[in-house]
Amino acid sequence: MTTGTIRKESGEGGGSAAPDPYTPSARRLERERFKRARARRATAVAALSTLVTGAVLFVVITGSPGWQRTRETFFSAEYARMALPDVLDGLLLNLKLLAICGVCVLLLGMLLAIARTLRGPVFFPVRALATAYTDFFRGLPLIICLLMVVFGVPALRLQGVTNDPVVLGGAALVLTYSAYVAEVFRAGIESVHPSQRAAARSLGLSGAQTLRYVVLPQAVRRVVPPLLNDLVSLQKDTGLVSIAGAVDAVYAAQIIAGKYFNYTPYVVAGLVFVALTIPMTRFTDWVTARMDRRRAQGGTV
Amino acid sequence: MHLRARIGLPALFVAAAVTVGGCAPQDNTSSDDAASPGTSAAAPACDKGKLATHAAGKLTIGTDKPAYAPWFQDDPANGKGFESAVAYSVAEALGYGKDKVVWQTVPFNNSFSPGAKDFDFDINQVSISDERKQAVDFSSGYYDVRQAVIALKSSPYAKAKSVADLKGAKLGAQVGTTSLDTINDVIKPSQKPAVFQKNDFAKSALRNKQVDAIVVDLPTAFYITGAEVTDAEVVGQFPNTGGATEQFGLVLDKGSKLTSCVSRAVDGLRQDGTLAKLEKQWLSDAVDAPVLK
Repeated sequence: MTTGTIRKESGEGGGSAAPDPYTPSARRLERERFKRARARRATAVAALSTLVTGAVLFVVITGSPGWQRTRETFFSAEYARMALPDVLDGLLLNLKLLAICGVCVLLLGMLLAIARTLRGPVFFPVRALATAYTDFFRGLPLIICLLMVVFGVPALRLQGVTNDPVVLGGAALVLTYSAYVAEVFRAGIESVHPSQRAAARSLGLSGAQTLRYVVLPQAVRRVVPPLLNDLVSLQKDTGLVSIAGAVDAVYAAQIIAGKYFNYTPYVVAGLVFVALTIPMTRFTDWVTARMDRRRAQGGTV
Repeated sequence: MHLRARIGLPALFVAAAVTVGGCAPQDNTSSDDAASPGTSAAAPACDKGKLATHAAGKLTIGTDKPAYAPWFQDDPANGKGFESAVAYSVAEALGYGKDKVVWQTVPFNNSFSPGAKDFDFDINQVSISDERKQAVDFSSGYYDVRQAVIALKSSPYAKAKSVADLKGAKLGAQVGTTSLDTINDVIKPSQKPAVFQKNDFAKSALRNKQVDAIVVDLPTAFYITGAEVTDAEVVGQFPNTGGATEQFGLVLDKGSKLTSCVSRAVDGLRQDGTLAKLEKQWLSDAVDAPVLK
């Protein structure tokens, strides 16, 4: 796609493309033939080597003395069927948490990053608070944060404060992850060259306008890959909310595993998560490629 | 020369893999093969103190950490608490004195993993069930368990007289326990039960009113209401749900050579009244709780 765009552009720049009278030399044809032959050979060797590796792995694993038991314990079709509905049911909780917490994390993270990068002595308390917040929640182990929020907040017996473990657990996730994400955003903001800011101000933009129209768009674009990284991480950590009794996909698996002493449900849950992560990874790749394309386009203008 | 190196390396790799795959595990095979039929075919003699234990001359006993009262008190090795006492009695019956017993921390989830076990038997309030028997060996039961419900005294569910009275409650239990099965199979509540990693979290949730009531085994229920959550009370215990009594058993590796010996030891302790005596000593207050109809 990239090359297509570029070719089109260069075509427009270079005027009409006349039929090319060029014919490759015999030497070049020979070279290309040789390269193709090497490529074919490389493919064949790779295929053979993969096949052999697969066969060896298969023989080693299935031939191992414990294979029969391992298969029954980890790959039992019967338990997989039994676990799947419960695991998918639990996955719904993971997805809900991911969607809601994801949005909150991005918003709060952005606010914190902006607060940390505000200039001017007036903003010192804001900067200090934001710094303290990120330092604290980035350092605090997530599981401890969860325990404190999920069991600590209801213990205060405050009027009107929920004691729903899912809501509280989600809040704990937002606390921790917004600290991570704030740092990512801050790195993005600080990576924008000061000349950009200076240029914007000299054009007459206010400080807020500079941030809104010049700094943030560039900053956000630069940190999309690490942001999505954090999102994938959040997706997997949503399961930790189960510490307060809510049943997510992994926990649903554990319940069945504990009852029947069989680990297959874990494998099912693991595969479900992998299946969920793969589209997200492809999405990340797509976003990155799209951004690169845009930047390249901007560069040629 | 280049060519030879390139072919030589994968070949070497394959050869190495085959060698590793072919030889290493085979030692295990032979010992496994020797072990399994030996157990079922000829009953071993159970020579006192001369069993084929994990560590020669010692008896390695596993339990989870933390180990909970009234089953243990602080350290499993102090012989205090019902299960600690039972473990030492079984060890004694097998010919291993107190100094020959080694305690090993075994998380519940690891006790049934298919790999090699690092304990001879595990004692961790594990209920015997047919499904679980497909993964591990159990000794004879050393304790008949009853499940019980506890709720805060202020909760309306504290006055429940029957199983039906609990249907509307938000209930909690520890994962992997028959307490959770009791909720799902006996009470069948209208709300999804909360499932906790540890009874500690269940207790916190009960205190915080995040759940209305929790289900635990009866001795644990008395311990919690007596010592830990004192504004809670035992609402009642469940009647035995038809058929066999639920029993705690010692967990052994599947096909362990020790299973029959350990079972015989437990049977002996039951017959000579040791188990009843220990029960009275450590779980004495677990006697009267109203039975939920």
